[in-house]
Amino acid sequence: MTAARSAEERAPRVATRPSLDDLQRQSVEARKLIIEAIHHAGAGHLGGPLSATDILVALYFDQMTIDPTNPAWPERDRFILSKGHSSIALYTVLAMRGYFPVDELNTFDAAHSRLQGHPDMHALPGLEMSTGSLGQGLSPGAGMALGARLRGLPFHTWVMLGDGEIQEGQIWEAAFWSARNRLDNLTAILDYNGLPQFGWPEERGFTRETPIDDPGAKFRAFGWHVSECDGHDQASIRAALDAARAHQGQPTCIVAHTVKGKGVSYMEGDFNWHAKVPDDAQLAQALAELDTQIAAIGNEAAA
Amino acid sequence: MTGTTISEQASVQRIAPLPLAGAEQQALREVWGQTLVELAADYPALVVLDGDLANSTRADIFAAAVPDRFFEMGIAEQNMVGVAAGMATLGFVPWLSTFAAFMANRATDQVRIVVAQPHLNVKMCGGYTGILTGKTGKTHQSVEDIAIFRAMPGVVTLAPADGVELRASMRAMMETPGPMYLRVTRDPSPVIFPADYQFQIGAGVLLRDGADVGLIGTGVQTVRVLEAADMLAREGIAASVLHLPTLKPIDSDAIVALAERTGRIVTAEDHSIVGGLGGAVAEVLGERRPTLMRRVGLRDVYGESAPNDYLLEEYGISAGHVAAAAREMMGRG
Repeated sequence: MTAARSAEERAPRVATRPSLDDLQRQSVEARKLIIEAIHHAGAGHLGGPLSATDILVALYFDQMTIDPTNPAWPERDRFILSKGHSSIALYTVLAMRGYFPVDELNTFDAAHSRLQGHPDMHALPGLEMSTGSLGQGLSPGAGMALGARLRGLPFHTWVMLGDGEIQEGQIWEAAFWSARNRLDNLTAILDYNGLPQFGWPEERGFTRETPIDDPGAKFRAFGWHVSECDGHDQASIRAALDAARAHQGQPTCIVAHTVKGKGVSYMEGDFNWHAKVPDDAQLAQALAELDTQIAAIGNEAAA
Repeated sequence: MTGTTISEQASVQRIAPLPLAGAEQQALREVWGQTLVELAADYPALVVLDGDLANSTRADIFAAAVPDRFFEMGIAEQNMVGVAAGMATLGFVPWLSTFAAFMANRATDQVRIVVAQPHLNVKMCGGYTGILTGKTGKTHQSVEDIAIFRAMPGVVTLAPADGVELRASMRAMMETPGPMYLRVTRDPSPVIFPADYQFQIGAGVLLRDGADVGLIGTGVQTVRVLEAADMLAREGIAASVLHLPTLKPIDSDAIVALAERTGRIVTAEDHSIVGGLGGAVAEVLGERRPTLMRRVGLRDVYGESAPNDYLLEEYGISAGHVAAAAREMMGRG
């Protein structure tokens, strides 16, 4: 059933690709919007959204074939945020990409908002699947990948998994079935930040044991092609995503090494920031740190 | 048997059932498999996903006839539901083949999150419903599936009585978008509907009219309700028989009209009396026309592996039990 596709057909269908510095700058801007939205809403998650931000920016600004003015275009690439509690990161990148006004991020979690606490596929343009109860996103992604093959559609399906939710058995049901069906138009990106919501304590108070050790080996054992990347380095992410799209005969799992709470010094690596709202002073500090990071990107480019 | 207002209700249908004596026996699961083949010819988007039970549910009939639209999902019901949801977003209409116990219980959260909440067009089918499941015992019997699916907002819940109605209901399911659950009984059942029967989702079917007591059945239990009505008639008790193939949305007008006509209601189901047909009818009557009623079904217990005749008697769901409940309500027990 798998028709071999040419290298041209498998290449990202993007006209011109942004510079890595631009992508990094967009990522830091996205972090600022994410933290502001959570502060404004007075509720929501931060640690996971901040670990996922660079990958989402890479997908929506560099990798995926999409048309924000036509979100129902049949040939668009599909993205499913299986770790649905990181919704604010996805909403932010969708808004920056033009799916809806950036100002609407301030309605996150509010009554009548299209920005529900967890993604509702019918509420907001650009959402491909409703998620939230963990471990459920990979199966619909596999269904979309199979459907694309049956219909002869050229799109690629991307699913972002959290490293906590891969404790759920359904992930491995989907992993088994996707490999068995050689769904090479399906890629899972594991946001491997190592910190669940509470988890198993280590010696230091704010760190935790990794939920699942060596997830790449486990996906490999289930028949997947596995690669790794630095989930905060745009060059590393781009290489991994390009290779995943090009790989034939197997679905690919990219183990993206990330830091929970990335970008804000007092959040990084602290499980307590899984779903915690910064106060005004913490918000100011976070935004200042992120502004410093943006300035540094410019300096690096000049140097 | 005059003066009824039931037939004047907009939705309820009045159908004269075929006689039970000498009725043709049809295996519902075989009708299910054959009807999928028929529908596949008319609907290119129809696909079948099987949880490694095709030769029990008889999805194997479809697999042989339409192999390129049959997908073996293995023993992994949660993934099966998720894959179906993904395919539904592309316009496919997945029909799921597994046992009711696994459809309703093993994959409940997957149905909730990716089928019911986004209201996707997935047709969830549960074979081996109730307790007459070929001596499989309580693990494979299904006495909570109606309650589970009925509780999910927007999920149409169907339990046809015979092969004719099953076939007609499947075409209606295909013609109507949205998440639906279909009960498919394992064992053969007598054909009670005429061949030209037109199925309407949400419509009750008045099979028999009598003023003394209103008997309400669903699924194959309606056959036992008809048997009970025959028993009662021989004793001079005129029973109405209302068949409710749609548990949700339930035909509340037909239920209320029946209660108005008879003043006494007995429900009959091969399911728990908690949350099933009896519960649904009680909800309607409690709000709209409080009426004394009896619920014949599994009395908050699980079943066991045993021959069908034994199970019907032991668990109190035979035609005799339906008739006894009616007699008791009439003070003639």
